[in-house]
Amino acid sequence: MRRPLGWARRNLPAIIVFVAFISAWQIALSNIETRAFILPAPSSIVNALFENWEAGYQIWPAAQVTFQEAAGGMVIGTIVGVLVALLISRWRLAGDIALPVAVAISAIPVIAFAPIANNWFGVLSPTSKMVIAAVLVFFPIMINVLRGLTEVPPSSIELMRSYAAAPSAVFWKVRVPNALPYFLTGLKVGVTLALIGAVVGEYFGGLTVALGRIVVSSASTLAFEITWAAIIVASVVGIAMYLLIVAVERVAIPWHPEVRGEQR
Amino acid sequence: MTSASSPTPSVVDISGVTKTFDVPGHGTMTALEGINLTIGRGEFVSLIGPSGCGKSTLLRLIGDLTDPTAGTVAVNGKPAPQARVDRDYGIVFQAPVLFDWRNVEENVRLPLELARIDKAAREARVTEMLELVELTDFRRHHPYQLSGGMQQRVSIARALSFEPALLLMDEPFGALDEMTRERMNSEVLGIWAQTGITVVFVTHSIPEAVFLSSRVAVMSPRPGRISRLVNIDLPRPRTVETRESRRYFELVTEVREALRGHEGGGEGITGGEAGLDDAALERMAAEGGIG
Repeated sequence: MRRPLGWARRNLPAIIVFVAFISAWQIALSNIETRAFILPAPSSIVNALFENWEAGYQIWPAAQVTFQEAAGGMVIGTIVGVLVALLISRWRLAGDIALPVAVAISAIPVIAFAPIANNWFGVLSPTSKMVIAAVLVFFPIMINVLRGLTEVPPSSIELMRSYAAAPSAVFWKVRVPNALPYFLTGLKVGVTLALIGAVVGEYFGGLTVALGRIVVSSASTLAFEITWAAIIVASVVGIAMYLLIVAVERVAIPWHPEVRGEQR
Repeated sequence: MTSASSPTPSVVDISGVTKTFDVPGHGTMTALEGINLTIGRGEFVSLIGPSGCGKSTLLRLIGDLTDPTAGTVAVNGKPAPQARVDRDYGIVFQAPVLFDWRNVEENVRLPLELARIDKAAREARVTEMLELVELTDFRRHHPYQLSGGMQQRVSIARALSFEPALLLMDEPFGALDEMTRERMNSEVLGIWAQTGITVVFVTHSIPEAVFLSSRVAVMSPRPGRISRLVNIDLPRPRTVETRESRRYFELVTEVREALRGHEGGGEGITGGEAGLDDAALERMAAEGGIG
C-alpha cells in the first residue's frame, strides 16, 4: 500500500491539467463575449447545481433516482449475465443456443430498444429504465464470466485430475476463483453502461425528477447551465459507481496482477 | 495407501507400452514404443533424453493423465487409472501450478481438502509439510510473493501432503537457475531420504539425473524407447563432495555417451519426423487424453 503522498504525486499532473483547464475556461468566458447557451462558464454551472430548486430542476433527487435505476439494472443484468454464463460453460448445447441470442441482444442499439422497454414496462416506472440498463450490462458480464470459467490453464485442470477431483470440486476450487477477476472486469465495464442505459431510458420519457429528463427539458428551454450541471452529476455518479467496484476488487482479489500493479 | 494384499513389491510396472498420436496432416506418430520398466519401492529413477523422446509422455502415462495405445501401466499393483483415483501419487510439474488466490498453506492443503481429510489432521499435515520444505515462515504468503524456487517447494509440499507412495516430477527445476537447481536437488534428496517415497523424475540435465537417482533410464527418440538403464552406485547421502567425486564424473560420462549413441544420422536433438517436441506431444496428450 502506498502512502497518500504517493497518491498525490501520482495524480498531480492530472490534477494540475484539470485545474488549469477549468481556470482557462472560466477566464476565457469572462473575457470573450459568448452566449451562455453555447458554453456556460464553470461558475454558472456550479451555481446551477445548487440554485436550481426554484426552476423546478431538482438535480440531487434526480441523481438519486437515476442512480437507483442504474443500480437496479446493474443487479438484474449481473444476475442474468452470470446465470447465462454458468449455463453456457456447463452445457455446450446451451452455448450454441444462447450465444447467438446474446450477441444479437448486445447488437441492438440501446436508442432503438429504449422506447420499446418504456412501452413494455411502463414509461413512468423505474423498472423500464432498469431493464434498459440491464440489457447493456448483461453482455460484458456474461462474456467475461464465461471466459473466466472456461479459460482455466490446462495445467490446473491436469493437477486437479491427478488428485482425482470431482467435477464439482474443479468448479468451486478452480473455475469460480479463476472467474472472479474476469467478473470484476465485467462489473467495471457494466457499471458505466448501466448509467448510460438509465439516462437514455429517461430521454424517452419518465418522471421529471431524473437526470435524463432534466437534460432534455433544460436544453429545450435553453437553460444550458442546468444541462451541464446534470451531465456533470451523471458522470460523478458513474465515477462513484466505478470506484466502488475498484474498491471491491482490491478487497476481493488482492493477489491479482492488475490489483497489485495499481499499488505500485 | 499400499494394500497389504498387493502381490508385487514394485511401485511402477510398465509393460509393453506403446503410445501413438494422430497428428493432423502427418498421419500417426509413435511417441513411445515397447516400453518396459519396473520401479521398486523407495527407488529414485530419472528419465532422461532429448526433446521428443517421450519422457514426459511416459511420466503422464504413469499418472494416468494420458492413456497407453497398447500395453499396461500399473502403480502400486493396480491399473494406473485406479491408482490415480486412490491418490497413490503426487505430481510436480515444470511450472509450480499454484493457485494465485490461495496462500502457501492453502495451496498445500488443496489435495487434503479434496481427500476430505478432517480439519485437525489437515492442519497438522500442512504444518509438517511446510517444515519439510522450510517454508513455515511463509505460510500466509501468496505465490506471487515467492521466488521461483520457493514456489516449486510449495508445489512439492502439496504433492507430498497426502502421503502418496509415489512422487512424479516432470522437469521440476528446469526453469530455475543453476545454483537454485543444485540446492533444490539436495533438498529433494533430503525429502526422499526422510519419507522413503518412490520418485520418478523427468529431466534433460545429465548432472541432475546422476546426482539424484538410483537408476537413470536413458531414452532415445523416434520412436521413444528406453535404450539403456544406468545404475547409479554413488554412496549416499550425496553431498557437494559427491559432485566432485571421480565416480560421479564417470557416471555422467556414461550417461552422456548413452545419450549420444542415439543421436547419429546427422539429426539434431530437437525436431522429429513430424517436427514435434515434448511440449507439442504434451499438448496433444492433454487434448486427447483428458477430453
